[in-house]
Amino acid sequence: MKVLDQIISQYIDPYYMRIIVLVGINIILALGLNITTGVTGQLSMGHAGFMSLGAYTSAILSMRMGAPFWLALLVGALVAAAFGFLIGLPTLRLEGDYLAIVTIGFAEIIRVFFLNFQPGGKAVGLSGVPQNTTFSLVLILVVLVIYFNYRLLKSRLGKAFYAVRENEIAAEACGINATRLKVLSFVMGAFLGGLGGGLYAHYMYYITPQNFDFARSIEILNMVVLGGMGSIPGVMLGAGILTVAPELLRVVADYRMLFYGALLVVLMIFRPNGLLGDIRVYDLKKRLGRNEVKPCKS
Amino acid sequence: MQILSLQGVSQEFGGLRALDGVDLAVKEHSIFGIIGPNGAGKTTLFNLVTGIYRPTEGQVLFRERRINGVPPFKVTRMGIGRTFQNIRLFSRLSVLDNVKVAADWSQAAGIVSTLFGLPKYRREENTSTQRAEELITMMGLYDKRMEYADSLAYGEQRRLEVARALASNPTLLLLDEPAAGMNSTEKAELMDLIWRIRDEMHISILLVEHDMHLVMNICERIAVLDYGRKIAEGTAEEIKNDQRVIQSYLGVEQ
Repeated sequence: MKVLDQIISQYIDPYYMRIIVLVGINIILALGLNITTGVTGQLSMGHAGFMSLGAYTSAILSMRMGAPFWLALLVGALVAAAFGFLIGLPTLRLEGDYLAIVTIGFAEIIRVFFLNFQPGGKAVGLSGVPQNTTFSLVLILVVLVIYFNYRLLKSRLGKAFYAVRENEIAAEACGINATRLKVLSFVMGAFLGGLGGGLYAHYMYYITPQNFDFARSIEILNMVVLGGMGSIPGVMLGAGILTVAPELLRVVADYRMLFYGALLVVLMIFRPNGLLGDIRVYDLKKRLGRNEVKPCKS
Repeated sequence: MQILSLQGVSQEFGGLRALDGVDLAVKEHSIFGIIGPNGAGKTTLFNLVTGIYRPTEGQVLFRERRINGVPPFKVTRMGIGRTFQNIRLFSRLSVLDNVKVAADWSQAAGIVSTLFGLPKYRREENTSTQRAEELITMMGLYDKRMEYADSLAYGEQRRLEVARALASNPTLLLLDEPAAGMNSTEKAELMDLIWRIRDEMHISILLVEHDMHLVMNICERIAVLDYGRKIAEGTAEEIKNDQRVIQSYLGVEQ
């Protein structure tokens, strides 16, 4: 791994390197939220809350307890998942807007908690987090996360998550325990949120509660919605575009956020289901197949 | 033997009494029809049996076990399948997945087996795919198995709902207005299908329907609901000649 990182760092400018690593971390974060919101249809607007739990837990473990990096990452993700479970149980009886409001509230509580949390450096934040997150580690984790997401979503269990999103009453009539699946989707989303947060903390060197505010939650939600709810390649594309876009828009300086917003509006008008939201390999093949048949007919 | 019986079942929504002391007994291997004007409480009765509502009063017994208050997914796992009056398919899942997702969940593989592809998961995938393909073939939808459910024609969507309801291996099938919106050819096919489900798969059937021709032809017993009360029960002949039934449908002669 080290060798790979060294070779890569010789050929790629650190500025681009940084964007590539952030794209990777955002893919993990967005794929997590995708399970909860994209696939299972539970609108969560507090993903940054899980991210900060993973970030602070792993950073404190590395800095104060000298825990090995892998352990710190894992515990961070597990703590986030445990909170996902605790919050999921009572709140997933709510739907749509109500659930969204509760998740916003949760993320704010977490943020305010860390603003007052002495071991986390209060408002000043934590600086000097060991920079253990490397390109190769992020690459490996992204590949693993995509693989397991793929496995899950093509399985019968994965289809049951989609079924809960499509029609909860019908899903229950099919013998699916919708409440259990919703909690499970929340836990898995939170786990990946925590993992992404841990990677982020160990990449940025310095974290404060402001890194994990409401705007961050919305940014991750945008990646899922823009790319296509429930589609793995779509969400990856969404994470890529929304990480790179602000950098490309540096040329317009002060008007950056204006363009960013306009981009979202335009995309939602032309692709309301997200860029790859309703595209399947099967349909593409069929379309290609039809084109091949055409000449014979005429 | 009775597969389903309702004893003095009432359902109140606030001040509205949607069902009022209804008794009903569905015999095993029978086709039982429920008719009644709009708002008579037919769908409410289905929702009671499938656990969507908990009855205010009375007992619902399925194979002599009390099932009021049992959550819907457990009712399904106990052996009651249903279709919906307003079609409720998983529109963004393929035809095959719509049925597969309804196959028996009581022995299903957990999240760990699924993520790591353990043998239990692979077995379950195989059996549920096989079962779904059988049912889809039976409904004549095999060629469309990869299409999204919402791209099917209306009659096909109805058949897909039936296939999905059968996937959980029910012993009692509840059909909520299965013939709604069908033309006469489709209705004839539907009648054949209902008979086949009863005779070949040994499933008892309880159905709500407005189409009198269909109800009178296939139901061995019919109950009539009006304003939440059962006003008559009997064979098709008895129902046709029942004075109260004629009144509730056609009104009283002045």
